[in-house]
Amino acid sequence: MAEMVRRRGRSGYLLIIPGGLWLLVFFAFPFYSLIATSLYDPAGSDFRGYQMTYAFGNYVDVVEAYWQPLLRSLLYGAIATFFCLVLGYVLAYAIAFKSGRWKTLMLVLVIAPFLTSFLVRTLSWKLLLADDGFIVNTLQLLQVLGDDGRLLATPFAVVAGLTYNFLPFMVLPLFASLDKMDYRLIEASRDLYGNPVVSFFKVTWPLSLPGVVSGTLLTFIPAVGDFINAELLGNTNTRMIGNVIQSLFTDANDYPAAGALSVILMTMILAMVLVYVRRAGTEELL
Amino acid sequence: MSALQAPTPTSTQSDGSGGSGGSGGSGRRGRAAAPPRRSPFAWLREHVVLILGILVLAYTFVPIAVVVLMSFNKPISEQSKIYEFNGFTLDNWLNPCADPSMCSALGRSIEIGLLATLLATLLGTLAAFALVRHQFRGRSTSNLLIFMPMAAPEIVLGSSLLAMFVAAGLAGQLGFWTIFIAHVMFCLSFVVVTVRARLAGMDDALEQAAMDLYATPAQTFWKITFPLVFPGILGAAMLSFSLSFDDFIVTNLNSGNTTTFPMYVWGVSRRSVPMQINVVGTVMIVVSLAIVLIGQSRARRQAG
Repeated sequence: MAEMVRRRGRSGYLLIIPGGLWLLVFFAFPFYSLIATSLYDPAGSDFRGYQMTYAFGNYVDVVEAYWQPLLRSLLYGAIATFFCLVLGYVLAYAIAFKSGRWKTLMLVLVIAPFLTSFLVRTLSWKLLLADDGFIVNTLQLLQVLGDDGRLLATPFAVVAGLTYNFLPFMVLPLFASLDKMDYRLIEASRDLYGNPVVSFFKVTWPLSLPGVVSGTLLTFIPAVGDFINAELLGNTNTRMIGNVIQSLFTDANDYPAAGALSVILMTMILAMVLVYVRRAGTEELL
Repeated sequence: MSALQAPTPTSTQSDGSGGSGGSGGSGRRGRAAAPPRRSPFAWLREHVVLILGILVLAYTFVPIAVVVLMSFNKPISEQSKIYEFNGFTLDNWLNPCADPSMCSALGRSIEIGLLATLLATLLGTLAAFALVRHQFRGRSTSNLLIFMPMAAPEIVLGSSLLAMFVAAGLAGQLGFWTIFIAHVMFCLSFVVVTVRARLAGMDDALEQAAMDLYATPAQTFWKITFPLVFPGILGAAMLSFSLSFDDFIVTNLNSGNTTTFPMYVWGVSRRSVPMQINVVGTVMIVVSLAIVLIGQSRARRQAG
């Protein structure tokens, strides 16, 4: 891409300031508020007011109380991301190299299901996986599930919901990087007697790594923080960290604990993203 | 398993397709290098990736099919919690506002979506121009500031905004305007990224030509630059509206007692679910598919 001539002078500032200020005031500054909130005196309350006491003990307390949903979120997020990667790769590969003149239509169809409401879609998953539903009955008939077996309110349902809901976040970046790739490179490796598996791992996969990295991040981050799937498709044993933060803020009004958990979640995600991006070697992403 | 296939280089495929008319029978697209008698398995093996891809695509459509089907469902009873197909009816389509609170929530979502889209698109477009076309101090900081909201989980975005509103003493005033502020915040980044991509991919030769022909900067902008960037701005606005309309996590934390459509759905998911939410879901997908397809065909006509 040819670098465009960039003008100097004041107009650059005039253009960036309105949007930049909005993000400073309503995005960057709130982080400071969140950290401050996480250090409030936990003995305060919504009515009497919280006091800034630098109560670092809040962090210890919430980790002790909620380490299970924290770990569970990372685990569910990771499993869902893995399934998204497998399914998304197949789909992105098919669209990029095998779809011929249907390429645009297939791309539209990837996005289409996600243009309707997230919650309405998740509710219809709930219906599909319901105890007397077609899927459960069929699986019971095939003896895959026991007679009293169920899908809804299990970790399976939550992970399936996460996988379904975040799939396009994986497909689109994967497609973008596969589509840029020269298919003749794959043909060349076949000409050199690489079998399909070898060609895939020596040529296609390395060249698609930027897409894999951004797709994984785009899927993993929202999946870890999501609580809609865990709430609608799971039960109390599948609570994720989003459920906890949400209910501490809105039901319990325990702002210090909710704040501390949010800060922990954000820190963990940032740390993992940095390690991941560095190892995968696509620094230009950030 | 496919190691057996190895000595059949793919490049012969292109040779084969030329000769297929002669050698292959009707409906068979044989490769010149392929053995004379081909089983259906060979066809399957050749198209396995495409078939798997279509299966994945089909999987994403299953819940949509359920939404469409349920929009024609006759509920078992008014208060029934059971959410299963009972019988065909057009009632839900004829009475979309059977539950008035659903329609008022829907109206509020559309209102917030339009307002937030308007402001986010304006601010985001200006910022995108600044980042692509201007040199100024703090450019890389601005880039980071714009990237971060997309990288943070929504629950963190929502809770930090709530923490700030509460600290500012606005806990009692959460509602329409705090939702609006939040939506502009997270839509803004997506607008900047979308418009920036369009701007960066644009060749500035046309603008230079206009300047050479003594067009003023304002003329150049309105006659050349803006029409070229406009599809990107439109796309950004549509993305922004759908993000705002569909958001639950950030909204729920910053809404006070105000209810948007996703919050309404969340609320009823614990009680009885009115089938009308499926009507809304169906309309949403039909309208957005129509917009996308019209956009595609227009783009193709312009290209061709």
